[in-house]
Amino acid sequence: MLTRSLKDRLASRLMFLVTFSSSLIVFLIALALYARARPILTAKPLGELIFSSSWHPLKGEFGFYPFILGTLWVTALAMIISIPLSLLTAIYLAEYASARVRGVVKPLIDLLAGIPSVVYGLWGVLAVVPLIRDYVAPLMGRSLGFIPLFSAENLTGYSVLAGSIVLALMVFPIIISVAEEVFRSVPDGLREASLALGATRWQMVKHVVIRKALPGVVAAIVLGFSRAFGETMAVLMVVGNVAMIPSSIFDPAYPLTALIANNYGEMMSIPLYDSALLGAGLFLLLMVLCFNIMARIILRRVLREEW
Amino acid sequence: MANPHISVHNLNVFYRDHHALKDLTVELPERQITAIIGPSGCGKTTFLKSLNRLVELVEGTKISGKVLVRGLDIYHSDVDVTEIRKRIGLLSQRPHPLPMSIYDNVAFGPRLHGLKGRQELDRTVEDHLRAAGLWDEVKDRLHAPASRLSAGQQQRLCLARGLAVEPEVLLGDEPTSALDPMSAQHIERRLLDLKENYTIVIVTHILRQARRLADYVIFLYLGELVEHGPAADFFNHPQEARTRAYIRGEF
Ligand SMILES: Nc1ncnc2c1ncn2[C@@H]1O[C@H](COP(=O)(O)OP(=O)(O)OP(=O)(O)O)[C@@H](O)[C@H]1O
Ligand SMILES: [Mg+2]
Repeated sequence: MLTRSLKDRLASRLMFLVTFSSSLIVFLIALALYARARPILTAKPLGELIFSSSWHPLKGEFGFYPFILGTLWVTALAMIISIPLSLLTAIYLAEYASARVRGVVKPLIDLLAGIPSVVYGLWGVLAVVPLIRDYVAPLMGRSLGFIPLFSAENLTGYSVLAGSIVLALMVFPIIISVAEEVFRSVPDGLREASLALGATRWQMVKHVVIRKALPGVVAAIVLGFSRAFGETMAVLMVVGNVAMIPSSIFDPAYPLTALIANNYGEMMSIPLYDSALLGAGLFLLLMVLCFNIMARIILRRVLREEW
Repeated sequence: MANPHISVHNLNVFYRDHHALKDLTVELPERQITAIIGPSGCGKTTFLKSLNRLVELVEGTKISGKVLVRGLDIYHSDVDVTEIRKRIGLLSQRPHPLPMSIYDNVAFGPRLHGLKGRQELDRTVEDHLRAAGLWDEVKDRLHAPASRLSAGQQQRLCLARGLAVEPEVLLGDEPTSALDPMSAQHIERRLLDLKENYTIVIVTHILRQARRLADYVIFLYLGELVEHGPAADFFNHPQEARTRAYIRGEF
């Protein structure tokens, strides 16, 4: 019979093994990507791969620059759209809404998180793209078109903006629900203390609640965007997939994820093509890694300010 | 009785179905210390919070009756609630330092109400930290997080923060409960000094503290106002059997 201490040791070993192997998978994936991407990494200088914008696989030219920029544009714009909106929503739900309103709205928002990304993509094609094509782009192009960022030369509606809106919508429920929990975990005593000094509700939120909740809010944003970076299906369906460097939010783009998903498994006879696509995967992984490290540094700095 | 500063007429407070204060009518004398006593759960905190409208923050509370502060009905719909809370400061039962420095905690109220100049703020912060008896302990670390103070220091910080708004009424919910006997004595002396300029209402569980400080006493029991009156009458000639029992320590 197993003694209790032996069981205990076995259990902890087993759990260690499971934990260890799941973190090992990250390395295995990175390793596999690297191994398959090696041919192109040795055939071309890294600088050319990253900074060249000519993508002509048939001529043997593999410049990732437009795709890297496509990913950055779509993700950055999605952040700009979703962070303020989802934080305001979370603040409203946690600080202003009555229990009844919260009871109706929160489950609906949580439901958003469960919608498959293909459905978001379809909805983007059916609603967001036409909206941009028929209204947003013409209007903004006419009024703000002199600013390059808003010039509307692409008339299809498939654009950075469409991709960002769809992506922002997918990130909403994550940021909202985590941030709302964080706001609600701020002790009521602090709210009362600031109101008792004659603060308005908004002064209380601004000076006390947000300050207290800041580390958790940063964590909520990071969590949301770890997902956004790699999100493929929905973005791919609305972003246009043209290998160009966008200069306006109405230009089409071609993020790395879309590049891989659209092309892997086709025309594999072209030399180095398959290696290049896996290289794109490797770049994506590195970008996510950089984002996470940056987020961690910010988080640590925020946490150090223990008020 | 001296001039009433606050008069309460038929005040009822419900937390959903729970009738927490039952038809209270009482007057609180100006520039005196009123002590509210009664067993745990009898509605003392609820009563204090209904004097500066903090009680309405709890969802599902219903309030009826009138609270007049120098004749102004604070529950009237035209009244600016932040103005009421500025005039009637409350020190909560547990100290809650705001997530900022010691200095910013004390400067919080004055800043909200429009005080800007560096020198004026410095002076206000120092004055009120002194008034709360905390200045000497913190003068070298005014910009450290307030959360690093000990519980007793936090309670005095909250006193300084409340005084810095310069209210006319100071409500204290067991203001010495987190303090050692020395600091408690210190706060008691402060309260006696402050009575020159402020109307003070404190909740206390310590009968001897009520005897030492109070000019006027209110005894609540299960949400009802059992007895109230000048401290000497209240302690020496209690009218109600329940008061006598409570004073003898039989609850
Ligand atoms: N937020 C709330 N929701 C529902 N009921 C409450 C709430 N706050 C207080 N009560 C109830 O109202 C009654 C009075 O509470 P209150 O906090 O005023 O008592 P108290 O006299 O201050 O007690 P203590 O001496 O323990 O601080 C209690 O029965 C309590 O359970
Ligand atoms: Mg209480």
